[in-house]
Amino acid sequence: MRKGITPLLWALFSAGGTVAALFYPIHLFLTGVAFPLGWVNPPRHETVLHWLRQPLFKIYFFVLISLPLFHWAHRFRYTLYDGLQIKHLTVLIVVLCYGSALLGTCLAAYTLWSIH
Amino acid sequence: MTGQNRHTPYHPRWYRRRVSVWWWLQSWPYAKFVLRELTSLFVAYYALVTLWKLRALAAGPQAYAGFLERMRSPLLIVLNSVALIFVLFHSITWFNLAPKAMVVRLAGRRLPDWAVQSANYLAWAIVSGVIVWVLRRG
Repeated sequence: MRKGITPLLWALFSAGGTVAALFYPIHLFLTGVAFPLGWVNPPRHETVLHWLRQPLFKIYFFVLISLPLFHWAHRFRYTLYDGLQIKHLTVLIVVLCYGSALLGTCLAAYTLWSIH
Repeated sequence: MTGQNRHTPYHPRWYRRRVSVWWWLQSWPYAKFVLRELTSLFVAYYALVTLWKLRALAAGPQAYAGFLERMRSPLLIVLNSVALIFVLFHSITWFNLAPKAMVVRLAGRRLPDWAVQSANYLAWAIVSGVIVWVLRRG
């Protein structure tokens, strides 16, 4: 990994970690547990679509997906190094981790952009 | 380092004990460290669920209803509950470490750890409250 990009990756890791820490528990609780078990009614399709037509919500969901993905990429890269002791596969791991995060980011941007 | 240490026939081999891949199971602090690192997998998982939900929303009401129906499968409810525990663990460890990651100074004096941590937990409560409020308002 070149020195030049390391601070950026570190910043993305930090920002993504903070977004995930603040926003993920409540979202995951609602979407993954409370809606499916019928404790809370999920918002209707037209309601969510109405939200997603507003730029502020588009940015919110873009950040909600993209930054935590880069958080994962950075942390999981080192988990693989330490946990599985495969530091010699650096290039492959780096490409797979940050590449997946980048792919997810592009897909999120494209999906949000396509909602009118 | 690994790439640079080449052995030649006349060079003595370094003594290195092989460390088991399961080294972290030997003590609770190590296990806690690895569990904390593994939270990133569940963070990525929820990012993908959100992306899936967005794509269903964009595809139309039927696809969105299909997404909600899928989330009702017992397997996914169990997986989501486990993910929730890991994500909560991420939040707690993240906020508790915040004072060490970012030193906040106020009027030349370093803010005590508990103040930075409380601010983070307060922000967490406010964010969660606002999300529920927006959802309720519709």
